[in-house]
Amino acid sequence: MSERINDFVLKIATVNGTGSASANGLLMKALFRMGVPVTGKNLFPSNIQGLPTWYEARVSHQGYMSRSGRVDVMVAMNAQTYEKDLMEVSPGGFLIYDSTWPRGEMSQRDDITVLGVPLAAMCNEHFSVARIRILMKNIAYVGVLSALMDIDRMVLQTLLEETFASKPKLVDGNLQAINLGYDYAMKHFSCPLPVRAQKMGDNSKHILIDGNSAAALGCVYAGATVGAWYPITPSTSLMDAFQGYCNLFRKDPETGKNRFCIIQAEDEMAAAGMVLGASWVGARAFTPTSGPGISLMSEFIGFAYYAEIPSVFFDVQRVGPSTGMPTRTQQCDVMLCAYASHGDTRHPLLFPANPSECFDMAVQAFDLAERLQTPIFVLSDLDIGMNDWMIPELTWDDNYQPDRGKVLSAEELLEVEKFYRYLDKDEDGIPYRTYPGTTHKGAFFVRGSGHNRYGAYTEDPDEYQDVVDRLLVKWETASEMVPEPVLNKAKQASPFGIIAYGSSDGAVIEAIDRLAEEGIYADYLRLRAFPFNGAVKDFVESHEPIFVVEQNRDAQMRALLILETNTNAAKLIPVLHYNGMPIPSGCIVDGVRGHIEHEVAA
Amino acid sequence: MTYITKPRIDMPEEAVNEVGITRRDYEGVLSTLCAGCGHDSITAAIVQAFWEMSIAPKHVIKLSGIGCSSKTPAYFIEGAHGFNSVHGRMPSVATGALAANRDLVCIAVSGDGDSLSIGFGQFGHVVRRNVNMLYIIENNGVYGLTKGQFSATADPGSKARKGEVNRMKSIDPVAMAIALGGSFAARSFSGDRDQLVPLIKAGVTHPGCAVIDIVSPCVTFNDHVGSTKSYAYTREHYYPAIQTDFVPPAAEIKAKYDAGDTLSVTLHDGSVLLLKKTDPDYDPTDRSAAMKYLETHSRRGEVVTGLMFINENLPEMHDISETAELPLTHIAFNELNPGSQALAELQKRMR
Repeated sequence: MSERINDFVLKIATVNGTGSASANGLLMKALFRMGVPVTGKNLFPSNIQGLPTWYEARVSHQGYMSRSGRVDVMVAMNAQTYEKDLMEVSPGGFLIYDSTWPRGEMSQRDDITVLGVPLAAMCNEHFSVARIRILMKNIAYVGVLSALMDIDRMVLQTLLEETFASKPKLVDGNLQAINLGYDYAMKHFSCPLPVRAQKMGDNSKHILIDGNSAAALGCVYAGATVGAWYPITPSTSLMDAFQGYCNLFRKDPETGKNRFCIIQAEDEMAAAGMVLGASWVGARAFTPTSGPGISLMSEFIGFAYYAEIPSVFFDVQRVGPSTGMPTRTQQCDVMLCAYASHGDTRHPLLFPANPSECFDMAVQAFDLAERLQTPIFVLSDLDIGMNDWMIPELTWDDNYQPDRGKVLSAEELLEVEKFYRYLDKDEDGIPYRTYPGTTHKGAFFVRGSGHNRYGAYTEDPDEYQDVVDRLLVKWETASEMVPEPVLNKAKQASPFGIIAYGSSDGAVIEAIDRLAEEGIYADYLRLRAFPFNGAVKDFVESHEPIFVVEQNRDAQMRALLILETNTNAAKLIPVLHYNGMPIPSGCIVDGVRGHIEHEVAA
Repeated sequence: MTYITKPRIDMPEEAVNEVGITRRDYEGVLSTLCAGCGHDSITAAIVQAFWEMSIAPKHVIKLSGIGCSSKTPAYFIEGAHGFNSVHGRMPSVATGALAANRDLVCIAVSGDGDSLSIGFGQFGHVVRRNVNMLYIIENNGVYGLTKGQFSATADPGSKARKGEVNRMKSIDPVAMAIALGGSFAARSFSGDRDQLVPLIKAGVTHPGCAVIDIVSPCVTFNDHVGSTKSYAYTREHYYPAIQTDFVPPAAEIKAKYDAGDTLSVTLHDGSVLLLKKTDPDYDPTDRSAAMKYLETHSRRGEVVTGLMFINENLPEMHDISETAELPLTHIAFNELNPGSQALAELQKRMR
C-alpha cells in the first residue's frame, strides 16, 4: 500500500458493554491533539451489553468530515463479526485481531495484511481481576495502534493523567496496558505502517463535541429554564448534557438551588404539554425527542400552532418508520415536522449541519419561537447528535439579548383600553401576548377550539377564517426571519445544482471536490431552514438539474421543495441514502455522475 | 355563547374583599352548560372561595382539558389567565406552568372522562409529582358532549339513559389519588356548597396536589333512575365522613367548635383546616385507614364525602427538584447566561 499519512479510516469492531468506548475516545482525542482533523462515528446497537458495536474514526488532512466508504485499518476485536469485518477492509489495508484465540478458517484475504496480537493473553498475564482484564484488552489495542500508526504515546499518557486526575492508580494500569500493546507491536511488526498519523497543525482553536451537548449548551446560553422530556435514543444525551451544564452554571450562588427545572415526563405527550405550559407563563422551555416522540406530541404541536404558544422541539432523528432502528441515523422526519398535527398546520424547521450549528440554532430557535409565537423544530440527527465532531471553538457574544417577542408589560397594558390576544396590529401576522401574573388586564383564555381575533370562542365562519388566514401572514413573516441557506459556488460556472441539509453537508463538500476532479461542477445550496425564502427559490429557478441529497427513502425535502416552490418536479433529482449509516461521499458522487452519464447517453 | 359578556350589575354597596374587589370580579362569562348542570354549582363555589380568600385574579391561572367540565374555567375569575388544553393533558400544562412560575395559584378543572380515561396517565403523574395545584374533577359518570357514553367512573350496574348497563368496575379518583401517594384527596357533591367552599379553600392552600372529586350529576344524560350519579341517588346515598371548615391565618377561629368534635390541621401558611367529625373513628391523616374506609362504604353503595386524606408534609415538585424560590420566569437573563468567558473555560475540557 502506498503511504496514507493523515488520510485514513480506522475502524474498531468490539462488543458493547466492554469498555471499548473509553479506549476509542482516547484514540480520538490523541489524534485530535496531534493537530490532525478527525471525526469519530459510533455505530452501535440498540442494546446494553453483548452485541457488536463499531467505532469509525476518519482522519483527513483535508478536513473531510463524512464517511469515505473505505476502511484502511480494522481492529477486529469481536469474533462474532470477524468475517464481516475482514471483508470490509479496503484492498491494501490492515486488519489487527486478537490472536489469543485461533481465527475462523473460512475467510482469508491475500490483498490485505493481517496482524495478530495476543491481547487477551497479555492482559490475563498482567492483570488479575476479570473485569480489569476485559477493560485493559481494549486499552492494549490503543497501544498497538500507537506503535503501528505513530500515535503519540506521550499524548496518550497526558490524556490518561487528565482523565484519571482524581484516581492516579488507574493511570498506571492503563499505561501498562498501552505499553504491552506498544511493545508487542514494535517487537513483532515493522512499525510504523504506511497508513499512519503525523503531527500536523494546531487544533487549539478547535474542540471535540457531539451535537447534543452543543445543543444543550445553546439552550443554557439562550436562557432556557424549563426542559421537559421523555427518554428516547438518540436525544437522551441532550437532556443529560443540559442537566450537566445547568449544574455547572445555574446554581443560585447563595442557596445552591436550581435556576432551572428539568422534568422527566411520563411520556412525550406530557413533555410537550409541560413545554407549552412553561412557555405560556413566560419561560423559555424545550423538549428533546426523536421521531416517535414527535408522533406522540403532534396533538400539542397543533395546539401550539393554533393557540400561538412559543415552543422549541429538538428532533434528533433516527431511523423510522415505527420503532425503526433507534441507534441508526436518518433525515426522515422532515415532512412529519413540517406539517405536524391535524388540520392546516405548518412549522418552521431549522437544520443544523454540525455541532456548531446545533449551538447557534438552539439559541435562534428560542428567539424565533418567541418572536413568531409558534413551535420551532431543530432537526438534528443521530450522526450529528451522538457522534464526536471536530469544530471551531464555540463563541458567544456577550451583547446578545434574547428576543422575547411581542409581550406587553403591566405598564403597557395600562395604556391600552382593552387587551385582545389575536389582533394583528403590526400587519406582520404576529399578535401581542401577555404573561400570567402580570395584571388582570392582560388575562386571556388560551384555547385550541375555534377562536376569533379577540381571543373569544367562535364557530362563526368568517371569524374562524380571519384567524387562520392571519396565521398565513405570519408564515410569510417567518420565511424572512429563518436562517438563510448557505451557497457554495462551483469553481466553474455550472447549470448543475446540489441541494442538501443537515448532516449530509460533509459528504456533499467532499463529493463536490471529487466530482470537480472528474470535470463535473455544481453549485451547492445548503438549506438551513423551512419555510424557504427567496434565496432558495432563486437557486431552484436558476439551476437544472438539481440534485437533492438526503438521508431518507422518500426524498422528503425534494417533495417539500416541489410543494412549497412550485418548481418543475422533473428537474429535482433525488440522491438518497437511507440504510441507517451516515451518508458517505461516494454515494453522492455516484448519484450525480450516474445521472449525468445517463442523460448524455440518452 | 361564551363570548357574550354577562350583563354586569354593580351594586353600590356590594362587599369588597381584602384586595378590594367584589364577588362579581371572580365571575366569568355566561355558562353555556345545560340548565341545572352540577358544574355550574361548582363554578359558584369556586367564585365564592376565591373571593373569600382574597386572591388577586392576576395571580391565578385556571386550566382544563376537554369536555363539559373543561369549559367551566371560562365561567369564573375573568381576570385570570386561562388555558383550555387538549383532552386529558391539562396536568402536563399545569406542571410546566408551575415549573416556570411557582408563585402562580393554579386551579385546574377536569372531568371523569378527561382525567380517568384519556388522561389517566397524566392524572396519576401529576398526583405523584405532587404539583402544587387544586385539581377538581367534576364527576358525572358520563360523556356529555358526545351524548351519553359511560365514563370510567360509571358504577357497575348503573344504567345509561337508553337502558344499557355498565358491567365494568368504576375508577374512584379519591382512592386512586391516595394509592398513588397523593397528599390531598377529597370528595364532595356539587349540591353541597357548605362543604365545597371550605374544601376548595383548603385545596388551594394545601402545598401540593389537592384532588377534589366532585360528584356532579349530568341533568341531560345521567340524571335518571338507574344512574348512580343522579341527583336523587347521590342525595339518598350521601355520606359526609367529615365536615370541613377552613380558617385563614389571620382569623380567630376556635370559639365556634367544641374541641372534642374537631380535628384541626394547620397548613404551612398558618391557615387552619377544621375537620368536624361526623364519624368519630375517621382520621384523614391515616393513609391505610382512609383506603379501608373508602372500600367499606363503597361496598355499601355510599358516596363518602369530605376530606378523605391529607399529608401536607409530602414534598411538592419544587421541593423534590430543589428549584430556586424565585420563580424561574423572574430570573434575569444575565443570571441565566454564563457569558463568553465561561464558555471559553468550559471548552478547555473538550480538547
